[in-house]
Amino acid sequence: MESGRYWRLALIGTAAGAFSGLFGVGGGTVIVPMLIALFAYGERLATGTSLAAIILIAILAAALQGGAYGNVDISTGLLLAIPAIFGVVAGTAIQQKIPEKAVSLIFAFLLIAVAIEMVVG
Amino acid sequence: MDLALAMVICGLGGVVAGLIGVGGGIVFVPAMTLVLSKGQVEAEATSLLMIALVSIVGTWRQRSYGNVNLRDALMIGLLSPLGVLVGVVVANEVSERALRIGFAVLALYMAWRLLRRVFGDDPPAGAVAVAGPGPDSGPTPGGDRAPDGVPPPTASAGR
Repeated sequence: MESGRYWRLALIGTAAGAFSGLFGVGGGTVIVPMLIALFAYGERLATGTSLAAIILIAILAAALQGGAYGNVDISTGLLLAIPAIFGVVAGTAIQQKIPEKAVSLIFAFLLIAVAIEMVVG
Repeated sequence: MDLALAMVICGLGGVVAGLIGVGGGIVFVPAMTLVLSKGQVEAEATSLLMIALVSIVGTWRQRSYGNVNLRDALMIGLLSPLGVLVGVVVANEVSERALRIGFAVLALYMAWRLLRRVFGDDPPAGAVAVAGPGPDSGPTPGGDRAPDGVPPPTASAGR
């Protein structure tokens, strides 16, 4: 892998972690647009790769929050995860049926909303 | 009744997660704080467990469509904890207001890039990678790259 690619991936990972830690807004919100902007990823590949990256981030953070601080309500989390899992299966299936640019459009509106919330929230 | 409502909202959160590749916490957390009256810290922590499960299943589904670059994902995921440390250091050096404005500017810049892409000014997906050195350096046009040895999906894969 070329070094420039390493640096760009490092930038995405660091930014995702930093903003996650600072504002609780990070992960996919940062990873997806940066993969598109810095690597010219297609929207579907960006969102799929983002989900895979989030696995590590979420497991580490959940283990820390649950193990060290006892803040995770495991039974509620598992119960609410059931419909969420059905939802993500549906969401990924829907995504394959819509134009890729629609994903960018939805994401652009999400980012604008996040920006407004950051300034006025 | 509240639990049923929270489950419906979290189901919709899962759809959003699958559709745009985020963890879904942006929906899960308010579902727990507003509907189940959980505290913010407990809701955010519990949402992490949900995000982990949702992202595992979402990755599995996206991988079946040929939409995951596991090597890049691993690199990003492994470096994220470093980013958390950077965030902590930065938070102690810079005012929260400045950080929020900085993130807002970044978010608006990314939104602008995405809107340019939607309305035709930006290079198409894969334009950079096509000129790159090899198949492992990036996606192919249209985002249909099949990383990690997964055969490329065909037109019948449900796009």
